[in-house]
Amino acid sequence: MATLVTENRLANPDDFYEALIDTHRDLSAEQSNMVNAKLVLLLANHIGDMEVLKEALRIARKGV
Amino acid sequence: MHSTYSYPKFAYTPSEEQRTGTVKRHPVVVVGAGPVGMTAAIDLAQKGVPVVVLDDDDTVSIGSRAVCYAKRALEVWDRMGSAQKMIDKGVIWKIGKVFHGDSQVYQFDLLPEPDHKIPAFINLQQYYLEEYLITDAKKTERVDLRWKSRVLSVKQQDDHVVLQVETPDGVYALEADWVIACDGAKSSIRKMLDLEFVGEVFQDRFLIADVVMKADFPAERWFWFDPPFHQKQSTLLHMQADNVWRIDFQLGWGADPEEEKKPERVIPRLKAMLGEDTEFELEWVSVYTFQCRRLENFRKGRVFFAGDSAHQVSPFGARGANSGVPDADNLVWKLKLVMDGVAPDSLLDTYSDERVAAAKENLLNSTRSTDFITPKSEVSRTFRDAVLNLAGEQPFARSLVNSGRLSTPTTYVDSRLNTPDGDRFEGKMVPGAPATDAPVEAQGQAGWLMDKLGGGFVALYYAGGDAVPAEVAERLDGLAKGAVPFAWHAVTSRRREALPNELVDVNGRFEERYDATPGTLYLIRPDQHVAGRWRNFDADKLAGALNRAVGL
Repeated sequence: MATLVTENRLANPDDFYEALIDTHRDLSAEQSNMVNAKLVLLLANHIGDMEVLKEALRIARKGV
Repeated sequence: MHSTYSYPKFAYTPSEEQRTGTVKRHPVVVVGAGPVGMTAAIDLAQKGVPVVVLDDDDTVSIGSRAVCYAKRALEVWDRMGSAQKMIDKGVIWKIGKVFHGDSQVYQFDLLPEPDHKIPAFINLQQYYLEEYLITDAKKTERVDLRWKSRVLSVKQQDDHVVLQVETPDGVYALEADWVIACDGAKSSIRKMLDLEFVGEVFQDRFLIADVVMKADFPAERWFWFDPPFHQKQSTLLHMQADNVWRIDFQLGWGADPEEEKKPERVIPRLKAMLGEDTEFELEWVSVYTFQCRRLENFRKGRVFFAGDSAHQVSPFGARGANSGVPDADNLVWKLKLVMDGVAPDSLLDTYSDERVAAAKENLLNSTRSTDFITPKSEVSRTFRDAVLNLAGEQPFARSLVNSGRLSTPTTYVDSRLNTPDGDRFEGKMVPGAPATDAPVEAQGQAGWLMDKLGGGFVALYYAGGDAVPAEVAERLDGLAKGAVPFAWHAVTSRRREALPNELVDVNGRFEERYDATPGTLYLIRPDQHVAGRWRNFDADKLAGALNRAVGL
């Protein structure tokens, strides 16, 4: 069974972070929410493993 | 309104026991003459049990209510000989299309494989269906239909139930060994027995408009999210008999139901959808809200709940009547075996176990559809819109679009009546699954497997291209006449000497759908669900499975 990888896998984390923020540039909060929602759906499908997704959902919710 | 249908009025006649003031004991009293109550009554009557049906009205269902009837409900009615005229009168369909704005994002086919007798779905106004069932109930001559009869009280005794019934002639008492409450979502029997009916109420309103028109929409289920003619809301279109089209407009919780029903509000909505030039006539308008809830247990002593009295779902997915009919199908054979002293009373508890499992499945599906169609929070709406947004170009997102997951029969995976597999099998015909159809030839006549199943237990022995070994046939003949009787058929892959119980698997569908190899044996319950299966005939295993399937 696959588990959620929480060690860094990004070759250049700063590049990703910048790209993420750039994606939201000039968007209203509502538009950003839509982008984020689409992003979650696209990535969830790419992962495609319910156990991994559940683990990610649990961690994301933690402490909020 | 209602230019296409005139409601029959059934004559109230005072019962003999009310006239003479005698209290009579009946084997079964069914409360409610809707689709579920009539199904139970006909099934019991055809099994030889006289039934009293009490209904507080004297006609069929008024207005636009259930529309879509699924394959499994139709198969139950077909077993009773009632389905053909429904199919003839109804609109057969299997394709659903989902639109977002004005473009199609998703399409589904509910019966992609060939070689089934009964279609995936038909659409038919509920009043026709009830009328047909009432006619068929009368044909049995064992159904005593008592109109204008309202149950005032229910009292459980050790070995019977006492009902007080009000008619135009006053109040009389009636006794029943068993009561089946099919008196709908607002069940008064449920209230009289003080049973909790809990679940979720959804804050949304929907407008139903039935229109008569000659339209060139195909016989498909069309569902729109945010269409140009009804922005920010959803719309559903279904074709029914007599050129009547059922249209459901989502209105939102803030809508005023009285205002929305007015023709001056409804007609512009319809014109926006159908075009200014389309001629139509308004046949029915109503506004509804919905709930998803169920009883904890569908049995209370000698009273059973079936259909909406036991479980209520949102309409998306057509899981109301389509789960009520299998309730009746599941209950009647068990009740008959207990009445005959073949099975113990505990068999009746499995009615609740199995149908509660089905209700849970239906409620889960219905609640999920409702959460997609009527998002309960801002973020839920955002994700919903994100799915629709992606669905146009991203194939994965189409499978997340939920405009209603349409009714399919429940496999009773955890039922204690199942004999678990000891041998390896592939495919869907697991213990607890509803049997699937296949074309078969019997004594030179083309027909269907489903016509050979049902009513009682049936064993199917697959012999492949050979004859059934003589000792197997002999043992099956002997067992079939035992305490729990059954019929058995030999299924063969080619025509041999036409034995009376031989079914020829004409195009190999049986072999394929039941993963059959020579020697494979299936035991099918009276409600056409699989009880057990084996790769080789073993008399002890078959006898054990039979006992298990009747709760012994």
